[in-house]
Amino acid sequence: MSSLSQLGRSARAINANLPRASVARVATNIAPRRTLLTLATAARRQGAVLAQKTSAFNKTTSQTALRAFSTSLPSLDDAEEAEEESDDPTKAERYADETDVVIVGGGPAGLSAAIKLKQLANAEGREFRVVLVEKAGEIGAHTLSGAVLEPRALNELIPDWKEKGAPLNQPALEDHMKFFTKNYAIPLPHPPQMTNTGNYIVSLSNYVKWLGEQAEEAGVEVFPGFAASEILYNEDGSVKGIATNDVGLDKNFQPKEEFERGMEFHAKVTLFAEGCHGSLTKKLFRQFNLRDECDPQTYGIGIKEVWKIDPKKSKPGTVVHAMGWPIDNSTYGGAFIYHMGEDMLSLGLVVGLDYENPYLHPYKEFQRWKHHPYVKDLLEGGECLSYGARAINEGGLQSIPKLYFPGGALIGCTAGFLNLIKIKGTHTAMKSGMLAAESAYAAITSDKYEEGKPIVLEDFEQKVKDSWIWKELKEIRNCRPSFHTPLGNLGGVLYSGIDTILLKGRTPWTFHNTTPDHERLRVATNAQKIDYPKPDGVISFDLLTSVSRTGTNHAENQPVHLRLKDKDVPVERNLKIYDGPEGRFCPAGVYEFVENESGPAGTKRLQINSQNCIHCKTCDIKDPSQNIDWTVPEGGGGPQYSYT
Amino acid sequence: MSNLRILVATKRVVDYAVKIRVNAAGSAVETANVKHSMNPFDEIGTEQAIQIKEALAKSKTGTAEVVVVSCGPAKAQETLRTALAMGADRAIHVDSEEDLQPLAVAKLLKAVVEKEKPDMVILGKQAIDDDSNQTGQMLAGLLNWPQATFASKVELGDKSMTVTREVDGGVETIKTPLPAILTTDLRLNVPRYASLPNIMKAKKKPLAKFAAADLGVDIKPRLQTLKIAEPPKRQGGKLVESVDDLVDKLKNEAKVL
Repeated sequence: MSSLSQLGRSARAINANLPRASVARVATNIAPRRTLLTLATAARRQGAVLAQKTSAFNKTTSQTALRAFSTSLPSLDDAEEAEEESDDPTKAERYADETDVVIVGGGPAGLSAAIKLKQLANAEGREFRVVLVEKAGEIGAHTLSGAVLEPRALNELIPDWKEKGAPLNQPALEDHMKFFTKNYAIPLPHPPQMTNTGNYIVSLSNYVKWLGEQAEEAGVEVFPGFAASEILYNEDGSVKGIATNDVGLDKNFQPKEEFERGMEFHAKVTLFAEGCHGSLTKKLFRQFNLRDECDPQTYGIGIKEVWKIDPKKSKPGTVVHAMGWPIDNSTYGGAFIYHMGEDMLSLGLVVGLDYENPYLHPYKEFQRWKHHPYVKDLLEGGECLSYGARAINEGGLQSIPKLYFPGGALIGCTAGFLNLIKIKGTHTAMKSGMLAAESAYAAITSDKYEEGKPIVLEDFEQKVKDSWIWKELKEIRNCRPSFHTPLGNLGGVLYSGIDTILLKGRTPWTFHNTTPDHERLRVATNAQKIDYPKPDGVISFDLLTSVSRTGTNHAENQPVHLRLKDKDVPVERNLKIYDGPEGRFCPAGVYEFVENESGPAGTKRLQINSQNCIHCKTCDIKDPSQNIDWTVPEGGGGPQYSYT
Repeated sequence: MSNLRILVATKRVVDYAVKIRVNAAGSAVETANVKHSMNPFDEIGTEQAIQIKEALAKSKTGTAEVVVVSCGPAKAQETLRTALAMGADRAIHVDSEEDLQPLAVAKLLKAVVEKEKPDMVILGKQAIDDDSNQTGQMLAGLLNWPQATFASKVELGDKSMTVTREVDGGVETIKTPLPAILTTDLRLNVPRYASLPNIMKAKKKPLAKFAAADLGVDIKPRLQTLKIAEPPKRQGGKLVESVDDLVDKLKNEAKVL
């Protein structure tokens, strides 16, 4: 597309504000063309929306400022572009709305920030607009976690949560730690951080749904079904807000009959709460160099199922964690089994994405783990209700990036506050959201606030460092990296045992996460193939059956949201060198190497079944060529998790 | 210049993409904590009404008012808001916590029709939860109005409409005077997305609420569901070696001979 070459030119012309792109170094934002021709075309196609467009014309003042600062003369190319693009509905001006704060992501962090902002505003009787956009069709539909919730942040945010009906119905009563061998489950002592007295076994999806209701009651404008796909910038480079994606494009990016342009939210502060490995957040890292001073983030993939089990086997409140079989000593991994009450069982496996063997198949590891006698016994006579997977942060303190930039901040797992030893990230995510809310509210309502001057939330980062988030993460910071010695899991467990029980992190040393996960894979010829057992259809299942239990659905005939930077790399590199690991690490069967019918005999091509995607982000993390770019599909698509 | 009032009936049902389960008691489908949305055929109905309104405005031959109605519990209002966001003008919520079956809904809609006096009533051909395919037809019977069901194409004339219907034998075109009942089939149109600006505007559009009891209608259920069960799991097929083997299996295992 010609516009891409324009971006290339404008990227090099620093500070020359060409009419078609706002800030020079931003490759992500194409400012809408403000010609009357464009508006007229838009009117013909989208009659009802015209009224808003003309008012938006008046509202968005940044464009007039753009022209005032333009230092280059329009070229002949520009005139031709104007002719071509004026009839293109995909380039039509977007409706823009102003808000005080816009939050990307309706998970624990985003919702807590939203609720806190409205609590502060309502206490002062102040008009304060908070808008939250969430890509899932319903709040909670993309939420998946173990989970045992530490109510620390909830107690601070909504102290009367019990009266308000929060779904924290099952207190954690007993903790068990086990080491699995092929046939036995050997009890082990566990670090004190894993004692769950005072915590609750919850379905995080239901909990987030409830938080969503609290947010709406507090006056937050919650818009599920709308995916923020673009970051908007002011000319000074600060974040201006976000835009939701255009909907109704076919798979060749051509507008269909139902085409609707996305809309823009301009805000004084934009909070990004996208969860682990956010798709907009990764652009912010590059844009503002937020990762210059920290270690690379490391990840795990968490795969789980929820079962309805035989009532005789249900022990409500029992929390079990297990290490060992089938995960080998050189791969980080652990399993969980939580008795949720009402005969429901949540069970899953977390595999560190720093694994080295390209033949490792996390989904199949989970399926075969369920055949361990301890687990199989629990599941016999039961029924699998739900399945899902999501990448989680493992990097801890050392991998936390700079949390703020002009115009916004990062909160929750998109920054990375998960406490891996507790295996909990919800309470820290919520707290980070609350702290960002306090900081943003103070900045926006302060006398010193100047319109046009970006808000820099420096004190937010300081608040996080002074809070219990930092204290917790500091205490356990050396545990996960201690697994990266030749002693593998054994060394890690020994070190972590000593550190958590005796030293409590009070050591002068800090181990570092030296290597990003995608650089860890060994070449296929140096790796050992793993012979996974076939699923039996009763305890273990084939991948597609499991995918059907995620309820995932994406509207048909839309652009594939998994973008390859170079379409030859999957076969030329991933398949050749690593034997196609993407066909194994995706827990939804999105990536398949199939016969290339249109090429020479015996060659393969990568088939992307993007319809199956459950938005776990593992592909973006683990692709050894970093060639897969996970972008957000049309809002409303993706999994439909329940009970997870 | 014609000024039409179009009444569109909608129902909040379990979303079509959800994998449904039978509840523990075997009495109904599990609906707690499950995603709900507007019945797809009702979305088509709402879209059709809005298209009629837009066509009239464009050709400057008249105006239309699109009124959406839904009978059900409080959450039915979400469905109404979606319809308003698509472009309907106002909404009516007939509030009831009872199990409303097609005959009850038809009676309630009749009461609404007598209040609103629309020129046409558009319904989906059936709801995807009960697949009854009765409400539109019953409403026509109660009102003594003409009905055009399974519509795949609609053209409005002067106080009449020409409807192409999808029937078992193929396609049938009929012309009826207005007022009339229309029920939508899949091929009638493709519903538009409710854009975010329209969703925000929809919050300000009027939504009136009536209690079902106030409409003076007998809505007692006439049918009782005795049992719901999942279909039996599909058995694998078997390959047979010879005709004798086939006959033997049909006789002794499948017991159909």
